[in-house]
Amino acid sequence: MKFLAVCGSGLGTSFMVEMNIIQVLNELGVTGVEVSHSDLSSASPGDADVFFLAKDIAEGNDHLGEVVVLDNIIDMDELKEKVKKVAEEKNLI
Amino acid sequence: MNNVLTTLIDVLSQPAILVALIALIGLLAQKKNMSDTLKGTTKTFVGFLVIAAGAGILETSLVPFGSMFQEAFNVSGVVPNNEAIVALALNEYGSNTALIMFFGMIVNILIARFTRFKYIFLTGHHTLYMACMLAVIMAVAGFDTVPLIAAGAVALGIIMTLSPAILQPFMRKLTGNDNVALGHFSAVGYAISGLVGQAVKGKGKEATSTEEIDFPKGLGFLRDSTVSIALTMIVMYFVVAIAAGPAYIESELSDGTNFLVFSLVQAGNFAAGVFIILAGVRLVLAEIVPAFKGISTKLVPNAKPALDVPIVFTYAPNAVLIGFFSSFIGGLFSMIVMAVVGSTIILPGVVPHFFTGAAAGVFGNATGGLKGAVAGSFVNGIIISFLPVFLLPVLGELGFANTTFSDADFGVGGIFFGSLANYGGPMAIVISLAVILVLMAIPFGKKKSA
Repeated sequence: MKFLAVCGSGLGTSFMVEMNIIQVLNELGVTGVEVSHSDLSSASPGDADVFFLAKDIAEGNDHLGEVVVLDNIIDMDELKEKVKKVAEEKNLI
Repeated sequence: MNNVLTTLIDVLSQPAILVALIALIGLLAQKKNMSDTLKGTTKTFVGFLVIAAGAGILETSLVPFGSMFQEAFNVSGVVPNNEAIVALALNEYGSNTALIMFFGMIVNILIARFTRFKYIFLTGHHTLYMACMLAVIMAVAGFDTVPLIAAGAVALGIIMTLSPAILQPFMRKLTGNDNVALGHFSAVGYAISGLVGQAVKGKGKEATSTEEIDFPKGLGFLRDSTVSIALTMIVMYFVVAIAAGPAYIESELSDGTNFLVFSLVQAGNFAAGVFIILAGVRLVLAEIVPAFKGISTKLVPNAKPALDVPIVFTYAPNAVLIGFFSSFIGGLFSMIVMAVVGSTIILPGVVPHFFTGAAAGVFGNATGGLKGAVAGSFVNGIIISFLPVFLLPVLGELGFANTTFSDADFGVGGIFFGSLANYGGPMAIVISLAVILVLMAIPFGKKKSA
Protein backbone atom coordinates (compact mmCIF):
# COMPACT_ATOMS: atom_id res chain seq x y z
CA MET A 1 0.00 0.00 0.00
CA LYS A 2 1.36 3.40 -0.96
CA PHE A 3 0.12 6.95 -0.26
CA LEU A 4 1.45 9.93 -2.18
CA ALA A 5 1.11 13.58 -1.15
CA VAL A 6 1.24 15.93 -4.14
CA CYS A 7 1.71 19.69 -4.51
CA GLY A 8 2.76 22.16 -7.21
CA SER A 9 6.52 21.85 -6.96
CA GLY A 10 6.71 18.78 -4.72
CA LEU A 11 8.99 20.44 -2.19
CA GLY A 12 7.34 21.99 0.83
CA THR A 13 3.61 21.44 1.15
CA SER A 14 3.49 17.85 -0.03
CA PHE A 15 6.43 17.05 2.24
CA MET A 16 4.58 18.53 5.23
CA VAL A 17 1.44 16.57 4.33
CA GLU A 18 3.56 13.42 4.02
CA MET A 19 5.02 13.90 7.51
CA ASN A 20 1.54 14.55 8.89
CA ILE A 21 0.12 11.43 7.21
CA ILE A 22 2.93 9.35 8.74
CA GLN A 23 2.11 10.84 12.14
CA VAL A 24 -1.59 10.03 11.74
CA LEU A 25 -0.85 6.48 10.59
CA ASN A 26 1.38 5.97 13.63
CA GLU A 27 -1.36 7.26 15.92
CA LEU A 28 -3.85 4.90 14.30
CA GLY A 29 -1.38 2.03 14.61
CA VAL A 30 -1.41 1.37 10.87
CA THR A 31 1.73 -0.27 9.52
CA GLY A 32 2.93 -1.33 6.09
CA VAL A 33 2.00 1.89 4.28
CA GLU A 34 4.71 3.63 2.31
CA VAL A 35 4.17 7.40 2.25
CA SER A 36 6.03 9.77 0.01
CA HIS A 37 5.64 13.11 -1.80
CA SER A 38 5.90 14.39 -5.34
CA ASP A 39 5.20 17.29 -7.68
CA LEU A 40 2.19 17.49 -9.98
CA SER A 41 4.19 16.83 -13.16
CA SER A 42 5.78 13.63 -11.92
CA ALA A 43 2.74 12.12 -10.23
CA SER A 44 1.18 9.47 -12.42
CA PRO A 45 -1.60 6.95 -11.82
CA GLY A 46 0.63 3.98 -11.05
CA ASP A 47 2.70 5.83 -8.46
CA ALA A 48 0.46 5.14 -5.49
CA ASP A 49 -2.79 3.58 -4.33
CA VAL A 50 -4.12 6.81 -2.83
CA PHE A 51 -3.16 10.41 -3.69
CA PHE A 52 -3.53 13.35 -1.29
CA LEU A 53 -3.99 16.76 -2.94
CA ALA A 54 -4.94 20.18 -1.59
CA LYS A 55 -8.26 21.53 -2.81
CA ASP A 56 -6.72 24.23 -5.00
CA ILE A 57 -4.75 21.83 -7.18
CA ALA A 58 -7.13 18.86 -7.10
CA GLU A 59 -9.18 20.14 -10.03
CA GLY A 60 -8.33 18.33 -13.26
CA ASN A 61 -6.30 15.61 -11.61
CA ASP A 62 -8.89 12.86 -11.36
CA HIS A 63 -6.83 10.80 -13.79
CA LEU A 64 -4.51 9.89 -10.92
CA GLY A 65 -7.06 7.43 -9.60
CA GLU A 66 -8.11 7.48 -5.97
CA VAL A 67 -7.68 11.10 -4.88
CA VAL A 68 -8.29 12.44 -1.38
CA VAL A 69 -8.89 16.21 -1.49
CA LEU A 70 -7.76 18.23 1.52
CA ASP A 71 -9.78 21.41 2.11
CA ASN A 72 -7.28 22.82 4.58
CA ILE A 73 -3.78 21.40 4.42
CA ILE A 74 -2.81 22.44 7.94
CA ASP A 75 -5.93 21.03 9.59
CA MET A 76 -4.73 17.88 11.39
CA ASP A 77 -8.28 16.89 12.40
CA GLU A 78 -9.43 16.89 8.79
CA LEU A 79 -6.39 14.87 7.75
CA LYS A 80 -6.88 12.41 10.58
CA GLU A 81 -10.52 11.86 9.64
CA LYS A 82 -9.71 11.38 5.94
CA VAL A 83 -6.72 9.10 6.49
CA LYS A 84 -8.77 7.05 8.93
CA LYS A 85 -11.55 6.66 6.38
CA VAL A 86 -9.08 5.49 3.72
CA ALA A 87 -7.45 3.09 6.18
CA GLU A 88 -10.84 1.61 7.02
CA GLU A 89 -11.81 1.22 3.36
CA LYS A 90 -8.53 -0.52 2.65
CA ASN A 91 -8.93 -2.78 5.68
CA LEU A 92 -5.74 -1.46 7.22
CA ILE A 93 -7.35 -1.10 10.64
CA MET B 1 48.84 12.54 10.25
CA ASN B 2 49.08 14.83 7.29
CA ASN B 3 47.36 12.23 5.17
CA VAL B 4 44.45 12.05 7.56
CA LEU B 5 44.14 15.82 7.46
CA THR B 6 44.17 16.09 3.67
CA THR B 7 41.64 13.28 3.41
CA LEU B 8 39.44 15.08 5.91
CA ILE B 9 39.69 18.28 3.92
CA ASP B 10 38.83 16.37 0.75
CA VAL B 11 35.75 14.98 2.45
CA LEU B 12 34.66 18.39 3.72
CA SER B 13 35.16 19.99 0.33
CA GLN B 14 32.86 17.46 -1.34
CA PRO B 15 29.41 18.88 -0.65
CA ALA B 16 27.66 15.64 -1.61
CA ILE B 17 29.58 13.73 1.07
CA LEU B 18 29.08 16.56 3.52
CA VAL B 19 25.28 16.65 3.24
CA ALA B 20 25.24 12.86 3.42
CA LEU B 21 27.15 13.11 6.72
CA ILE B 22 24.67 15.70 8.01
CA ALA B 23 21.80 13.39 7.10
CA LEU B 24 23.63 10.52 8.81
CA ILE B 25 23.96 12.57 12.01
CA GLY B 26 20.26 13.42 11.86
CA LEU B 27 19.27 9.79 11.32
CA LEU B 28 21.49 8.56 14.15
CA ALA B 29 20.14 11.27 16.47
CA GLN B 30 16.65 9.97 15.77
CA LYS B 31 17.85 6.40 16.48
CA LYS B 32 16.65 5.11 13.11
CA ASN B 33 17.37 1.49 12.28
CA MET B 34 20.25 0.34 10.11
CA SER B 35 18.37 0.05 6.81
CA ASP B 36 16.63 3.44 7.13
CA THR B 37 19.93 5.07 8.01
CA LEU B 38 21.74 3.54 5.07
CA LYS B 39 18.89 4.39 2.69
CA GLY B 40 18.56 7.97 3.89
CA THR B 41 22.28 8.70 3.81
CA THR B 42 22.70 7.29 0.32
CA LYS B 43 19.71 9.17 -1.09
CA THR B 44 21.00 12.46 0.29
CA PHE B 45 24.41 11.79 -1.22
CA VAL B 46 22.99 11.00 -4.66
CA GLY B 47 20.51 13.89 -4.42
CA PHE B 48 23.28 16.42 -4.27
CA LEU B 49 24.88 14.99 -7.40
CA VAL B 50 21.49 15.09 -9.15
CA ILE B 51 21.32 18.83 -8.47
CA ALA B 52 24.72 19.28 -10.10
CA ALA B 53 23.57 17.29 -13.13
CA GLY B 54 20.50 19.53 -13.44
CA ALA B 55 22.71 22.60 -13.25
CA GLY B 56 24.65 21.34 -16.26
CA ILE B 57 21.51 21.05 -18.39
CA LEU B 58 20.25 24.40 -17.20
CA GLU B 59 23.48 26.08 -18.20
CA THR B 60 23.23 24.82 -21.77
CA SER B 61 19.94 26.69 -21.95
CA LEU B 62 20.82 29.86 -20.03
CA VAL B 63 24.07 30.69 -21.76
CA PRO B 64 22.60 31.04 -25.28
CA PHE B 65 19.62 32.91 -23.81
CA GLY B 66 22.00 35.43 -22.27
CA SER B 67 23.92 35.86 -25.53
CA MET B 68 20.72 36.33 -27.54
CA PHE B 69 19.37 38.87 -25.09
CA GLN B 70 22.62 40.82 -25.16
CA GLU B 71 22.69 40.77 -28.97
CA ALA B 72 19.05 41.88 -29.24
CA PHE B 73 18.83 44.59 -26.58
CA ASN B 74 22.42 45.43 -25.64
CA VAL B 75 21.75 44.91 -21.92
CA SER B 76 21.73 41.70 -19.94
CA GLY B 77 18.43 39.97 -19.26
CA VAL B 78 17.94 37.98 -16.09
CA VAL B 79 15.32 35.31 -15.43
CA PRO B 80 15.01 35.03 -11.65
CA ASN B 81 14.64 31.40 -10.60
CA ASN B 82 15.79 30.09 -7.21
CA GLU B 83 16.44 26.53 -8.36
CA ALA B 84 18.54 27.68 -11.29
CA ILE B 85 20.81 30.05 -9.38
CA VAL B 86 21.23 27.68 -6.44
CA ALA B 87 22.19 24.77 -8.67
CA LEU B 88 24.78 26.92 -10.43
CA ALA B 89 26.13 28.32 -7.16
CA LEU B 90 26.45 24.91 -5.50
CA ASN B 91 29.23 23.97 -7.91
CA GLU B 92 31.55 26.36 -6.13
CA TYR B 93 29.83 27.04 -2.82
CA GLY B 94 28.39 23.60 -2.07
CA SER B 95 30.36 22.73 1.06
CA ASN B 96 29.88 26.13 2.66
CA THR B 97 26.17 25.99 1.81
CA ALA B 98 25.78 22.59 3.48
CA LEU B 99 27.59 23.71 6.63
CA ILE B 100 25.75 27.05 6.84
CA MET B 101 22.46 25.20 6.45
CA PHE B 102 23.32 22.69 9.18
CA PHE B 103 24.53 25.26 11.72
CA GLY B 104 21.88 27.79 10.65
CA MET B 105 19.15 25.33 11.62
CA ILE B 106 20.82 24.94 15.00
CA VAL B 107 20.89 28.75 15.40
CA ASN B 108 17.19 28.82 14.49
CA ILE B 109 16.45 26.29 17.25
CA LEU B 110 18.56 28.24 19.77
CA ILE B 111 16.86 31.55 18.97
CA ALA B 112 13.43 29.91 19.23
CA ARG B 113 14.41 28.24 22.48
CA PHE B 114 15.82 31.29 24.25
CA THR B 115 14.03 34.37 22.84
CA ARG B 116 10.39 35.36 22.35
CA PHE B 117 10.64 34.46 18.64
CA LYS B 118 9.27 30.91 18.71
CA TYR B 119 9.38 30.28 14.98
CA ILE B 120 10.87 27.09 13.56
CA PHE B 121 11.37 27.46 9.82
CA LEU B 122 10.34 24.15 8.24
CA THR B 123 10.40 25.00 4.53
CA GLY B 124 13.58 23.06 3.86
CA HIS B 125 14.17 24.05 0.24
CA HIS B 126 14.07 27.73 1.14
CA THR B 127 16.51 27.10 4.00
CA LEU B 128 18.85 25.46 1.50
CA TYR B 129 18.52 28.32 -1.01
CA MET B 130 19.07 30.98 1.64
CA ALA B 131 22.10 29.09 3.00
CA CYS B 132 23.45 29.06 -0.53
CA MET B 133 22.92 32.78 -1.05
CA LEU B 134 24.57 33.58 2.29
CA ALA B 135 27.53 31.36 1.38
CA VAL B 136 28.01 33.48 -1.73
CA ILE B 137 27.45 36.85 -0.02
CA MET B 138 29.79 36.06 2.87
CA ALA B 139 32.50 34.87 0.48
CA VAL B 140 32.17 38.01 -1.64
CA ALA B 141 32.25 40.06 1.59
CA GLY B 142 35.69 38.69 2.38
CA PHE B 143 35.03 35.92 4.90
CA ASP B 144 36.50 32.46 4.55
CA THR B 145 36.71 29.13 6.38
CA VAL B 146 35.27 29.04 9.91
CA PRO B 147 34.25 32.73 10.18
CA LEU B 148 32.38 32.38 6.88
CA ILE B 149 30.37 29.43 8.17
CA ALA B 150 29.75 31.15 11.52
CA ALA B 151 28.59 34.45 10.01
CA GLY B 152 26.48 32.65 7.43
CA ALA B 153 24.88 30.35 9.98
CA VAL B 154 24.02 33.15 12.41
CA ALA B 155 22.59 35.24 9.56
CA LEU B 156 20.57 32.24 8.35
CA GLY B 157 19.21 31.49 11.83
CA ILE B 158 18.17 35.13 12.24
CA ILE B 159 16.47 35.27 8.84
CA MET B 160 14.68 31.95 9.53
CA THR B 161 13.15 33.48 12.66
CA LEU B 162 12.56 37.08 11.56
CA SER B 163 10.94 36.28 8.21
CA PRO B 164 7.95 34.49 9.78
CA ALA B 165 7.95 37.01 12.65
CA ILE B 166 7.38 40.12 10.53
CA LEU B 167 4.47 38.43 8.80
CA GLN B 168 2.82 36.98 11.88
CA PRO B 169 0.45 39.94 12.57
CA PHE B 170 -1.01 39.36 9.10
CA MET B 171 -1.03 35.57 9.56
CA ARG B 172 -3.05 36.01 12.77
CA LYS B 173 -5.55 38.15 10.90
CA LEU B 174 -5.77 35.58 8.10
CA THR B 175 -5.95 32.34 10.07
CA GLY B 176 -7.65 33.65 13.19
CA ASN B 177 -5.10 32.00 15.49
CA ASP B 178 -1.43 32.24 16.42
CA ASN B 179 -0.45 28.57 16.05
CA VAL B 180 0.99 28.52 12.56
CA ALA B 181 3.40 30.85 10.80
CA LEU B 182 4.39 31.23 7.17
CA GLY B 183 7.83 29.96 6.24
CA HIS B 184 8.51 31.41 2.81
CA PHE B 185 11.34 33.78 2.04
CA SER B 186 9.22 36.46 0.42
CA ALA B 187 7.69 37.67 3.68
CA VAL B 188 8.73 41.28 3.10
CA GLY B 189 6.64 41.33 -0.06
CA TYR B 190 3.65 39.77 1.71
CA ALA B 191 3.83 42.14 4.69
CA ILE B 192 4.03 45.14 2.36
CA SER B 193 1.07 43.75 0.42
CA GLY B 194 -0.82 43.51 3.71
CA LEU B 195 0.05 47.12 4.52
CA VAL B 196 -0.94 48.29 1.03
CA GLY B 197 -4.24 46.45 1.52
CA GLN B 198 -4.82 48.36 4.74
CA ALA B 199 -3.97 51.64 3.06
CA VAL B 200 -6.32 51.22 0.07
CA LYS B 201 -9.19 49.97 2.17
CA GLY B 202 -9.71 53.32 3.90
CA LYS B 203 -11.06 53.82 7.37
CA GLY B 204 -14.27 52.25 8.61
CA LYS B 205 -15.53 50.83 5.32
CA GLU B 206 -16.09 47.10 4.88
CA ALA B 207 -14.00 45.93 1.95
CA THR B 208 -15.45 43.59 -0.68
CA SER B 209 -13.54 40.33 -0.44
CA THR B 210 -12.15 38.66 -3.55
CA GLU B 211 -14.12 35.59 -2.53
CA GLU B 212 -17.46 37.37 -3.04
CA ILE B 213 -16.92 37.81 -6.76
CA ASP B 214 -17.08 35.31 -9.60
CA PHE B 215 -13.69 34.58 -11.01
CA PRO B 216 -12.86 32.11 -13.76
CA LYS B 217 -11.16 28.94 -12.56
CA GLY B 218 -9.12 26.59 -14.66
CA LEU B 219 -5.67 28.12 -14.36
CA GLY B 220 -4.70 25.49 -11.83
CA PHE B 221 -2.38 23.95 -14.40
CA LEU B 222 0.00 26.87 -13.84
CA ARG B 223 0.68 25.40 -10.42
CA ASP B 224 2.37 22.54 -12.20
CA SER B 225 5.83 24.09 -12.24
CA THR B 226 7.19 22.13 -15.20
CA VAL B 227 4.31 23.30 -17.38
CA SER B 228 4.47 26.94 -16.31
CA ILE B 229 8.26 27.16 -16.58
CA ALA B 230 8.30 25.54 -20.03
CA LEU B 231 5.49 27.73 -21.38
CA THR B 232 6.95 31.02 -20.14
CA MET B 233 10.45 30.16 -21.25
CA ILE B 234 9.13 29.34 -24.73
CA VAL B 235 7.47 32.76 -24.91
CA MET B 236 10.58 34.55 -23.61
CA TYR B 237 12.93 32.61 -25.88
CA PHE B 238 10.79 33.31 -28.95
CA VAL B 239 10.54 37.03 -28.24
CA VAL B 240 14.28 37.31 -27.65
CA ALA B 241 15.13 35.06 -30.60
CA ILE B 242 13.04 37.12 -33.01
CA ALA B 243 14.62 40.31 -31.66
CA ALA B 244 18.12 38.89 -32.01
CA GLY B 245 17.39 37.67 -35.53
CA PRO B 246 18.02 34.33 -37.27
CA ALA B 247 21.35 35.37 -38.77
CA TYR B 248 23.07 35.82 -35.41
CA ILE B 249 21.55 32.74 -33.77
CA GLU B 250 22.10 30.35 -36.65
CA SER B 251 25.70 31.41 -37.19
CA GLU B 252 26.81 31.88 -33.56
CA LEU B 253 24.70 29.63 -31.36
CA SER B 254 22.61 26.96 -33.03
CA ASP B 255 25.16 25.64 -35.52
CA GLY B 256 22.78 26.15 -38.42
CA THR B 257 19.61 24.80 -36.83
CA ASN B 258 16.55 27.00 -37.43
CA PHE B 259 16.56 29.75 -34.78
CA LEU B 260 13.01 29.10 -33.58
CA VAL B 261 13.49 25.34 -33.35
CA PHE B 262 16.69 25.95 -31.42
CA SER B 263 14.87 28.34 -29.07
CA LEU B 264 12.01 25.93 -28.50
CA VAL B 265 14.40 23.16 -27.48
CA GLN B 266 16.47 25.45 -25.25
CA ALA B 267 13.32 26.66 -23.49
CA GLY B 268 12.43 23.04 -22.89
CA ASN B 269 15.96 22.43 -21.61
CA PHE B 270 15.50 25.12 -18.99
CA ALA B 271 12.35 23.41 -17.69
CA ALA B 272 14.13 20.04 -17.84
CA GLY B 273 17.04 21.39 -15.83
CA VAL B 274 14.74 22.78 -13.15
CA PHE B 275 12.81 19.50 -13.07
CA ILE B 276 15.99 17.56 -12.38
CA ILE B 277 17.19 20.06 -9.80
CA LEU B 278 13.86 19.78 -7.98
CA ALA B 279 14.19 16.01 -7.89
CA GLY B 280 17.67 16.41 -6.40
CA VAL B 281 16.52 18.94 -3.82
CA ARG B 282 13.75 16.53 -2.82
CA LEU B 283 16.29 13.74 -2.26
CA VAL B 284 18.63 16.01 -0.29
CA LEU B 285 15.88 17.26 2.01
CA ALA B 286 14.08 13.95 2.53
CA GLU B 287 15.99 13.10 5.71
CA ILE B 288 17.11 16.53 6.89
CA VAL B 289 13.71 18.18 7.28
CA PRO B 290 12.00 15.48 9.39
CA ALA B 291 15.11 15.33 11.62
CA PHE B 292 15.04 19.11 12.06
CA LYS B 293 11.30 18.99 12.80
CA GLY B 294 11.68 16.17 15.32
CA ILE B 295 14.60 17.75 17.15
CA SER B 296 13.04 21.22 17.28
CA THR B 297 9.75 19.86 18.65
CA LYS B 298 11.69 18.24 21.48
CA LEU B 299 13.86 21.23 22.32
CA VAL B 300 11.46 24.15 21.85
CA PRO B 301 8.22 24.08 23.81
CA ASN B 302 5.39 26.07 22.12
CA ALA B 303 7.34 26.30 18.89
CA LYS B 304 5.39 27.83 16.03
CA PRO B 305 6.06 25.91 12.82
CA ALA B 306 6.66 28.20 9.83
CA LEU B 307 5.31 26.29 6.83
CA ASP B 308 5.45 26.57 3.05
CA VAL B 309 3.41 29.17 1.20
CA PRO B 310 0.48 27.13 -0.20
CA ILE B 311 -0.94 26.87 3.34
CA VAL B 312 -2.39 30.36 2.84
CA PHE B 313 -3.82 29.66 -0.61
CA THR B 314 -6.89 27.81 0.63
CA TYR B 315 -8.02 30.85 2.63
CA ALA B 316 -8.81 32.83 -0.53
CA PRO B 317 -8.63 30.86 -3.80
CA ASN B 318 -9.81 33.82 -5.92
CA ALA B 319 -7.17 36.08 -4.39
CA VAL B 320 -4.55 33.51 -5.44
CA LEU B 321 -5.36 33.97 -9.13
CA ILE B 322 -5.98 37.70 -8.91
CA GLY B 323 -2.71 38.09 -7.02
CA PHE B 324 -0.78 36.16 -9.65
CA PHE B 325 -2.09 38.30 -12.51
CA SER B 326 -1.63 41.54 -10.67
CA SER B 327 1.90 40.66 -9.56
CA PHE B 328 2.82 39.55 -13.09
CA ILE B 329 1.53 42.85 -14.47
CA GLY B 330 3.68 44.56 -11.82
CA GLY B 331 6.61 42.56 -13.20
CA LEU B 332 5.86 43.60 -16.80
CA PHE B 333 5.50 47.22 -15.72
CA SER B 334 8.88 47.05 -13.94
CA MET B 335 10.46 45.50 -17.02
CA ILE B 336 9.35 48.45 -19.14
CA VAL B 337 10.72 50.89 -16.55
CA MET B 338 14.07 49.04 -16.57
CA ALA B 339 14.18 49.13 -20.36
CA VAL B 340 13.56 52.88 -20.33
CA VAL B 341 16.18 53.51 -17.64
CA GLY B 342 18.62 51.14 -19.36
CA SER B 343 19.45 48.96 -16.36
CA THR B 344 19.78 45.18 -16.33
CA ILE B 345 16.39 43.80 -17.27
CA ILE B 346 14.66 41.44 -14.86
CA LEU B 347 12.19 39.29 -16.79
CA PRO B 348 9.01 38.34 -15.00
CA GLY B 349 9.13 34.60 -14.38
CA VAL B 350 5.79 32.90 -13.91
CA VAL B 351 6.94 30.76 -10.98
CA PRO B 352 7.96 33.56 -8.57
CA HIS B 353 4.99 35.68 -9.59
CA PHE B 354 2.65 32.77 -9.16
CA PHE B 355 3.77 31.78 -5.69
CA THR B 356 4.65 35.16 -4.19
CA GLY B 357 1.98 37.07 -6.14
CA ALA B 358 -0.65 34.59 -5.03
CA ALA B 359 0.30 34.89 -1.37
CA ALA B 360 0.54 38.69 -1.65
CA GLY B 361 -2.98 38.61 -3.06
CA VAL B 362 -4.21 36.56 -0.11
CA PHE B 363 -2.67 38.97 2.42
CA GLY B 364 -3.80 42.07 0.52
CA ASN B 365 -7.32 40.62 0.48
CA ALA B 366 -7.19 39.87 4.21
CA THR B 367 -6.51 43.52 5.01
CA GLY B 368 -8.12 45.39 2.10
CA GLY B 369 -10.45 43.09 0.19
CA LEU B 370 -10.42 42.97 -3.61
CA LYS B 371 -8.76 46.38 -3.96
CA GLY B 372 -6.14 45.33 -1.42
CA ALA B 373 -5.44 42.08 -3.27
CA VAL B 374 -4.97 43.85 -6.61
CA ALA B 375 -2.87 46.74 -5.25
CA GLY B 376 -0.86 44.65 -2.78
CA SER B 377 0.19 42.01 -5.27
CA PHE B 378 0.95 44.64 -7.92
CA VAL B 379 3.38 46.21 -5.44
CA ASN B 380 4.76 42.73 -4.70
CA GLY B 381 5.40 42.28 -8.42
CA ILE B 382 7.37 45.54 -8.51
CA ILE B 383 9.33 44.61 -5.37
CA ILE B 384 10.43 41.19 -6.63
CA SER B 385 11.43 42.75 -9.95
CA PHE B 386 13.57 45.56 -8.59
CA LEU B 387 15.24 43.77 -5.66
CA PRO B 388 17.26 41.50 -7.99
CA VAL B 389 18.67 44.56 -9.79
CA PHE B 390 20.37 45.58 -6.55
CA LEU B 391 21.11 42.03 -5.46
CA LEU B 392 23.14 41.14 -8.56
CA PRO B 393 26.11 43.43 -7.76
CA VAL B 394 26.68 41.87 -4.31
CA LEU B 395 26.72 38.31 -5.66
CA GLY B 396 30.15 38.63 -7.26
CA GLU B 397 30.60 36.48 -10.35
CA LEU B 398 27.24 34.83 -9.84
CA GLY B 399 25.68 38.21 -10.59
CA PHE B 400 26.42 37.48 -14.26
CA ALA B 401 24.67 34.12 -14.45
CA ASN B 402 21.53 35.34 -16.32
CA THR B 403 19.45 34.04 -13.46
CA THR B 404 19.21 34.95 -9.79
CA PHE B 405 17.27 34.56 -6.56
CA SER B 406 13.64 35.45 -7.13
CA ASP B 407 11.86 36.04 -3.82
CA ALA B 408 11.81 39.21 -1.75
CA ASP B 409 13.64 38.10 1.40
CA PHE B 410 16.61 36.91 -0.64
CA GLY B 411 16.83 40.38 -2.13
CA VAL B 412 16.40 42.19 1.19
CA GLY B 413 18.78 39.91 3.11
CA GLY B 414 21.37 39.80 0.36
CA ILE B 415 21.36 43.54 -0.25
CA PHE B 416 21.50 44.21 3.51
CA PHE B 417 24.56 42.04 4.19
CA GLY B 418 26.16 42.82 0.83
CA SER B 419 25.97 46.61 1.34
CA LEU B 420 27.20 46.28 4.92
CA ALA B 421 30.25 44.49 3.57
CA ASN B 422 30.77 47.13 0.88
CA TYR B 423 30.75 49.97 3.41
CA GLY B 424 32.38 48.38 6.43
CA GLY B 425 33.85 45.04 5.40
CA PRO B 426 33.34 41.76 7.27
CA MET B 427 33.54 43.55 10.64
CA ALA B 428 30.36 45.49 9.87
CA ILE B 429 28.53 42.21 9.28
CA VAL B 430 29.78 40.69 12.53
CA ILE B 431 28.71 43.77 14.50
CA SER B 432 25.29 43.94 12.87
CA LEU B 433 24.66 40.23 13.52
CA ALA B 434 25.58 40.72 17.19
CA VAL B 435 23.32 43.78 17.49
CA ILE B 436 20.38 41.98 15.90
CA LEU B 437 20.83 38.97 18.22
CA VAL B 438 20.95 41.24 21.30
CA LEU B 439 17.83 43.10 20.16
CA MET B 440 16.01 39.80 19.61
CA ALA B 441 17.04 38.56 23.05
CA ILE B 442 15.45 41.52 24.87
CA PRO B 443 12.23 40.01 26.19
CA PHE B 444 9.81 42.95 25.84
CA GLY B 445 11.77 45.42 23.75
CA LYS B 446 10.38 47.50 20.94
CA LYS B 447 9.48 45.83 17.69
CA LYS B 448 12.59 45.25 15.63
CA SER B 449 12.98 47.12 12.39
CA ALA B 450 14.69 44.58 10.16
